[in-house]
Amino acid sequence: MSTALLLVVTGLGLGALYFLAASGLSLIYGLMGVLNFAHGAFMLAGAYAGWLTMGALPASVPLGVKLLLAVLVATAVGAVVGFLVEVVLIRPLYRRHIQQVLVTVGLSLAGTAAVQGIWGSDPHPIEKPAWVAGTTEVAGAQLPNDRFLYIGVAVIVFLGLLALLRFTRLGLVIRAGVENRTMVEALGIDVQRTFTVVFAMGGAAAGLAGILYATYAGSVSPAQGAALLIFAFIVVVIGGMGSFVGTAVAAVVVGLVQQLANYYAASGVGDLSVVLLLAVVLLVRRPSIEAGRA
Amino acid sequence: MTVSPVLSVEDLHVRYGGSHVLQGVSFDVPARGVTALLGRNGVGKTTTLKALLGLAPRQGRITLQGNDIGRGKTFRLVRGGIGYVPEDRDVFGGLTVDENLRLVGRDVGVGAPVVGELFPDLVARRKQRAGTLSGGQQQMVALARVLLRDNVLLLVDEPTKGLAPKLVTEVADVLARVAERTPILLVEQNLPLVRRIAHTVVVLDAGRVVHRGDAAALLADANLTRELLGVSLRRPTGDDAGPAEPHTEPHTEPHAESPQDRS
Repeated sequence: MSTALLLVVTGLGLGALYFLAASGLSLIYGLMGVLNFAHGAFMLAGAYAGWLTMGALPASVPLGVKLLLAVLVATAVGAVVGFLVEVVLIRPLYRRHIQQVLVTVGLSLAGTAAVQGIWGSDPHPIEKPAWVAGTTEVAGAQLPNDRFLYIGVAVIVFLGLLALLRFTRLGLVIRAGVENRTMVEALGIDVQRTFTVVFAMGGAAAGLAGILYATYAGSVSPAQGAALLIFAFIVVVIGGMGSFVGTAVAAVVVGLVQQLANYYAASGVGDLSVVLLLAVVLLVRRPSIEAGRA
Repeated sequence: MTVSPVLSVEDLHVRYGGSHVLQGVSFDVPARGVTALLGRNGVGKTTTLKALLGLAPRQGRITLQGNDIGRGKTFRLVRGGIGYVPEDRDVFGGLTVDENLRLVGRDVGVGAPVVGELFPDLVARRKQRAGTLSGGQQQMVALARVLLRDNVLLLVDEPTKGLAPKLVTEVADVLARVAERTPILLVEQNLPLVRRIAHTVVVLDAGRVVHRGDAAALLADANLTRELLGVSLRRPTGDDAGPAEPHTEPHTEPHAESPQDRS
């Protein structure tokens, strides 16, 4: 029982990180039709910005405050990087999907190479506050506290974005744009500006995911962005391209499947089972993948 | 006294890939009433509307109230006073009726006076998802949506397509009332409706203007109507905006006339 509980909470924690990584991808694809392969670079930018922030603060600053500031800086850096990428690289290439893919893939590779060149290939450890590094006993299971942190942050982000989509004008424009962005523009709405805002929001979520994933891994390293991006794409596809709620559900499912398979089958089977899940979804639910945008 | 046209189009060209869809289209839209843009299927009517709104790649000179709008972005043209009702309505099916309207009328939605005046049914259906409405109701949403702006010109593309006869009459009534305030450039294949509400016609064939003139005069000339549109119109009756037939027939061959032949 305690093992099952541990696996579920750990899976939910991992799913929370996947959701944070995938939510921006989903919004960007849903509204703009852009498959943003540079999303991993956004996560990397957030992770390293957070790590640098923690290192730059004096030792007298409590670790909890350092982590909080690192999270804020990572989120802000992700937003700024997303904004700049949209304005400089993506905007001139709207509706040119092949070029978009080439540019974002190139940016992803260049971002990883730049991080390697500046800070090296080795992982850099990230200190965690005592509470985050500790455990809490629930029903006999020692549950890592950081999982609760990830779940809590993901729930806040999910509810925040959901409220934004449901109750604000920006959300109304985004929901309409996901259905038919040409018609949104034909109603006199500057959909280009909405694209920029959504890209910045996606970048912010990616930056947040980057620093939190670094605390999960215990370090920052150049390969983290690409590793997380793969699972984020899987989540977005399983959830229905552009479906925000579907992305949240898929993130939870993928996190749980990965953890349970790793424990009950064999270590490493979790990744394989997620890919198999993706294949099954693509084969069985093929029409709904396209319909998911609506 | 001559009234300046609200819209002037000169030598408009549209190319999609290797296809030259519009080949130097020129016409004016008077500042009052309904101007019908007619022609068989596939001659470039919808493309013309899209080009005017910047939704199709275009070359040529387009002026709205004397101002050059040939290079403007779509959303700026709409804010500048061009309302657009697309051929397939394009309501946002996942949004409610009220949300569809609030995209344009930020604070009022279905509460806008014009909605209550022209589309009372939409007020009752304000919370209903637009995707669950009938075709006629969706058309009302599409029309109401553009009327929430102060337009100087409306582009309306086949508003009665696929609608039941009763709804065709309702749409015609709404358009006639709207045209009292705002000029309309109307693409329509329902000739009885055109005869009822249009004052001027522009006929396209193979991407060129082949006729411009008075709507009633064209539709009264059975031979000319058949020659230009491939169909003749029955005599007017009391309900001449009713059933959506006869429609024009699919385009078969380009006409040989130059754009000025029948102007």
